[in-house]
Amino acid sequence: MAVLVIADVHGNSIDDSTHKTVTAAQAIGGDVDILVAGEGAGEAAAAAAKIAGVRKVLHADDPAYANRLAEPYADLIVKVAADYDAILKAAATTGKNVMPRVAALLDVMQISEIVDVVAPDTFTRPIYAGNAMQTVKSSDAKKVITVRATAFKAAEEGGSAAVETIDAAGNPGISEFVGEELTKSDRPELTGAKIVVSGGRALGGSKEFEEVIFPLADKLGAAVGASRAAVDAGYVPNDYQVGQTGKVVAPELYIAIGISGAIQHLAGMKDSKVIVAINKDEEAPIFQVADYGLVADLFKAVPELTEALG
Amino acid sequence: MKILVPVKRVIDYNVKVRVKSDETGVDLANVKMSMNPFDEIAVEEAIRLKEAGNAEEIVAVSIGPEKAQDQIRQALAMGADRGILIKTDETVEPLGVAKLLQKVVDEEKPDLVILGKQAIDDDSNQTGQMLAALLGWPQGTFASEVEKGDGSLNVTREIDGGLQTIKINLPAVVTTDLRLNEPRYASLPNIMKAKKKPLDVKDVADYGVDVAPRLEVVKVTEPPKREAGVKVESVADLVEKLKNEAGVI
Repeated sequence: MAVLVIADVHGNSIDDSTHKTVTAAQAIGGDVDILVAGEGAGEAAAAAAKIAGVRKVLHADDPAYANRLAEPYADLIVKVAADYDAILKAAATTGKNVMPRVAALLDVMQISEIVDVVAPDTFTRPIYAGNAMQTVKSSDAKKVITVRATAFKAAEEGGSAAVETIDAAGNPGISEFVGEELTKSDRPELTGAKIVVSGGRALGGSKEFEEVIFPLADKLGAAVGASRAAVDAGYVPNDYQVGQTGKVVAPELYIAIGISGAIQHLAGMKDSKVIVAINKDEEAPIFQVADYGLVADLFKAVPELTEALG
Repeated sequence: MKILVPVKRVIDYNVKVRVKSDETGVDLANVKMSMNPFDEIAVEEAIRLKEAGNAEEIVAVSIGPEKAQDQIRQALAMGADRGILIKTDETVEPLGVAKLLQKVVDEEKPDLVILGKQAIDDDSNQTGQMLAALLGWPQGTFASEVEKGDGSLNVTREIDGGLQTIKINLPAVVTTDLRLNEPRYASLPNIMKAKKKPLDVKDVADYGVDVAPRLEVVKVTEPPKREAGVKVESVADLVEKLKNEAGVI
């Protein structure tokens, strides 16, 4: 039995989600290989080879993989799929985009966003925004799986797998990259951060978000998140959204500020270890999941908290 | 340009889901059902393309029970031109849905299929990508902006680090993210008019596609419950608890 993990490659490095997906792959069992696809991604392949317990790293280097376009990327994965019983990738935006395409090309029903490996063919995943947990047994000979990275511990470093260069799979030439507008931030990446400070619509504007949320986040070395309402209102960019259809986070500490706690938001953060809620409405549903609730005006309480942490 | 918009009948966005005590699924008896919110955004986008003179016809299709006609009628009331219901009382997985839609595409020959990026019941986020794969078409997923070019679309996509813009050749599949548009409400006169728009009713068997499930649902359970903690009286109290009790700062 052999399992292939598709690394999350950004430029010349791999995301921590790759390490977590390796852990899920190891729970399935058998030999674990990693595919690193990118352009000039030799260092990323070398980093993948250092993950403990990995048999070998397949490295495909081609401009077609530089921007993670679904069409050439899926063709590459399908090309190497024959040797594997299961293919896993983290359920980040690239995995969500590419893996169902791979699954359909292989005539496999994908299992999305698993949070537990019950048996090599049986997995648990959240449905209905995490309001129910579904355990499914797959009858497909080959499994195509996306993994909710926050549900698995990162595999340790310390391996020394061989890196094998493989050919690119060509480019169907039906799509092309035009551009990217990436949020520039010195703060930690949201899904991997130990502390997340999130703001909701009660902030009232992007200026308030900057003046109230950012200083607290920076004092704590935290990532910044937001509710859908705050993103829809334009206070912060889309990639800050935590929830059913945004990012799923599970930090050590999650501080929800001016967020009422719609079920769609709770779906994205309720597995956090410690949750703090600051809201002036004491009936807000966020308090039902918060370990520590403070009923207060956020514009007074949050600067006071930032100050107290000095 | 002709646009196909698949719509799914799902439990309403605002309904609190209850897991059945026998762990076979969630309780759907007497629960309000609606069009999947992402599919409403897909219908709206198709209508906007038509209103801008970039499309001539919009066909709404649903795969589901007899009552999924309600969701097709809603799409027609918003502005779609005609509907197709592919009737089944069984659960059809995304792969099966994609295969049925492939057949519909073969018949209808649309230039563009716009779908919601995920359904809020099974949260799979697969059907659009699978359909694109089966058709050999490009995919513009998680779209926050769609711009029609000459024989192509520029699609701006919501990705982890921000936004990515790609150019995809037509015919193509697009899946919608939340901020693509704000769907309109159907007016009463349009709801009345929609009742007269054509709606073909077919059966899954008509398409000769194997839609047998590949996944067996072993059980559906409640998620681990999270207990409400304590209310603290002051910021100082909160800081003390986070430092000494929780030990997280």
